[in-house]
Amino acid sequence: MAKFSRRQVMRTGLAAGAFLTATRCASAPKGTPNNPATGPEVNTNQSKDVTLRLIGTGVSQINDIRDKAQEDLGFKFDMRALSTEENNQIAITQPGQYDIFDGEYFSLPLVVPSGNLQPIDIKRITNYDQIVSFFRTGEFKGMPVEDSQGTAPFRVQYLTGPDSSEFSATPTDFATLIPFQYNADTLGYRPDLVGREIESWGELFNPEFRGKTSILDIPQIGIMDAAMVAEALGLMTFADKGNMTKAEIDQIIEILKEQKANGQFRAFWKTFDESVNLMNSGEVVLQSMWSPAVTAVQSQGTECIYAPLKEGYRGWGGGIGLSKNLEGIQLDAAYEYINWMLDGWVGAFLGRQGYYSAAPEAARKFMSAAEWDFWYEGQPAAEDIVDPFGKTLAKSGVVRDGGSFDERFGNIVCWNSTMEENTYLVQKWNEFIAS
Amino acid sequence: MSETWKALKPYALITPQTLVFLMFLVFPILMIGVVSFWEFNGYSMTPAFTLDNYQGILTDVTLKTYLNTFKFLGLTWLATLLIGYPVAYFLAFHVPKLEWQILLFLVCTIPFWTSNIIRMISWVPLLGREGLVNQGLMGIGLTQEPLQFLLFSDFAVVLGMVHLYIIFMIAPIFNSLMRIERSLVTAAEDLGASGFQTFREVILPLSAPGIAIGSIFIVTLIMGEFVTVRLMGGGQSASVGKLIQTQIGSLQYPLAAANAMVLLAVTMLIIISILRVLDIRKEL
Repeated sequence: MAKFSRRQVMRTGLAAGAFLTATRCASAPKGTPNNPATGPEVNTNQSKDVTLRLIGTGVSQINDIRDKAQEDLGFKFDMRALSTEENNQIAITQPGQYDIFDGEYFSLPLVVPSGNLQPIDIKRITNYDQIVSFFRTGEFKGMPVEDSQGTAPFRVQYLTGPDSSEFSATPTDFATLIPFQYNADTLGYRPDLVGREIESWGELFNPEFRGKTSILDIPQIGIMDAAMVAEALGLMTFADKGNMTKAEIDQIIEILKEQKANGQFRAFWKTFDESVNLMNSGEVVLQSMWSPAVTAVQSQGTECIYAPLKEGYRGWGGGIGLSKNLEGIQLDAAYEYINWMLDGWVGAFLGRQGYYSAAPEAARKFMSAAEWDFWYEGQPAAEDIVDPFGKTLAKSGVVRDGGSFDERFGNIVCWNSTMEENTYLVQKWNEFIAS
Repeated sequence: MSETWKALKPYALITPQTLVFLMFLVFPILMIGVVSFWEFNGYSMTPAFTLDNYQGILTDVTLKTYLNTFKFLGLTWLATLLIGYPVAYFLAFHVPKLEWQILLFLVCTIPFWTSNIIRMISWVPLLGREGLVNQGLMGIGLTQEPLQFLLFSDFAVVLGMVHLYIIFMIAPIFNSLMRIERSLVTAAEDLGASGFQTFREVILPLSAPGIAIGSIFIVTLIMGEFVTVRLMGGGQSASVGKLIQTQIGSLQYPLAAANAMVLLAVTMLIIISILRVLDIRKEL
């Protein structure tokens, strides 16, 4: 081995340290966000220099959308894909790190009081009236979704004023988020390994599938699935699943612990990939899933059904909000982006992955008749249905699980929720995991 | 000048590292300590002095989780020692050339070449219900049903940890074995010691510092471990690290900070007791 003298090592180390310090401390080049160029502002096409920083979960931070937006709008986007939890953490604790927050409605009771979002002026949103009525007014053709429990988007859609961080129960001109995508979640299963149709949430605790089921290890979502199962089996009832009391949380956690002790669960999952992996390998045959995860399993050639259940669906929705730091041309650019997002191209892109768009009629312009009929109308595919990345998701003749938009969305009975007893829930959830 | 400089030189030399230590180790830990006394609600923390966070974690669940973590620690420590020592011994005494020793040592680091995702995915075809091991066992008729406990269980967690962390046991033991003066072994043999006697009287005591350092590595790594616990345990196993992670994920920073302080204290206690048994500085 070569021999280094102590002096040599120290010298090199110090030199490297000095070099690093020097380069780190050097001021940022002019014109970057940290050191904006000074000088007379006579530039007429300023929005070209704008870069909007987006944070969101992996399901929305897609390069194809970024590229198309940059092409159409002429300014730049910097996207960061995070987990649901990281996304909320950054939204609340690091407001300087983003311009546009792309998050779920159920995180709003935590994000909005932090004051890090500025209300969206609805008068500046051109297609606002085309957004599905449930998000705007809480109404949807008199279907069950109107009475759904939990943090339903409508309940956290409006703020009381332009500087407010208080939710308004009735529509105002100030929105928290503009919906981006949403869906009706349910149980997914492997028909080849289950061998029959799954029609109720209660099947998740059926001893027939002992050691072959799974639920989410995210307290705020996992508890909703568990509540759906417990209600379906008549094990207990809730006054409001979306806002459980301490006693209700105690009871549902006891039920979960008992199931865990009986070996009902194979594993719990926390990320999208884990659920795909569990299902694809056959380790789990029946589990709560997110719709694109089912699509991902299918696209690997494994049969997987996203079961329409008689008790209804658990809904989730995500939308775009504006950071309080936005102002001037940056803010204008953000509004331009929202209007572009509602214009239809994005809606069609998301629609081809099985998500629903905020303004379906706008998205329709960008979808073929066969695509629209399959994804939104629940009709048999007139041709092979291909996702935006070129994978065939459904052969000609296949019908979407759960049917049409109205049938699926209209039957959402609860939403992902942030409850008043959130701290207690997390504590009890840890107890369940440790049991 | 030279006299003052001579006196000052050691201080000048340790200044950079001391600064780094203060800024990136001591200061953050102090901050965590401070935050652990703060109040919090769903979305924000307020500076305060409350013991609620500490009271909140002194529950059966925390105790149970600690016991579970100790179980993982004990099993992993035993397994890494029993497997790691012979490997290090073989490398040090039975591999004649330095190049080969280095090469084989590098082979031991292979588990670190893969990411968590890859590891998570690749355990399934090996240990899963339809996996290689189960198919093999059923193929030779040892079992009729696939063994469920191979994956997503406490067994799998320990297996995953041993696989990942054994290098931290091998490296220091290998290091201390390499430092043993070979003439001592020859002397023992000349005095008529048997192979086992030589090992017990000469090699084992001289390699004890290596074992102690390896144990300290294992203790610190496993007490805070949460990724392997989650992936190999299928989310069903509990450890203190995972408990803290869930609290952070739900924005309960002060609770997580209080838990972290307790964890730090417990880990320090274990390390201090190891150092009590064996004075590493003296042995080195």
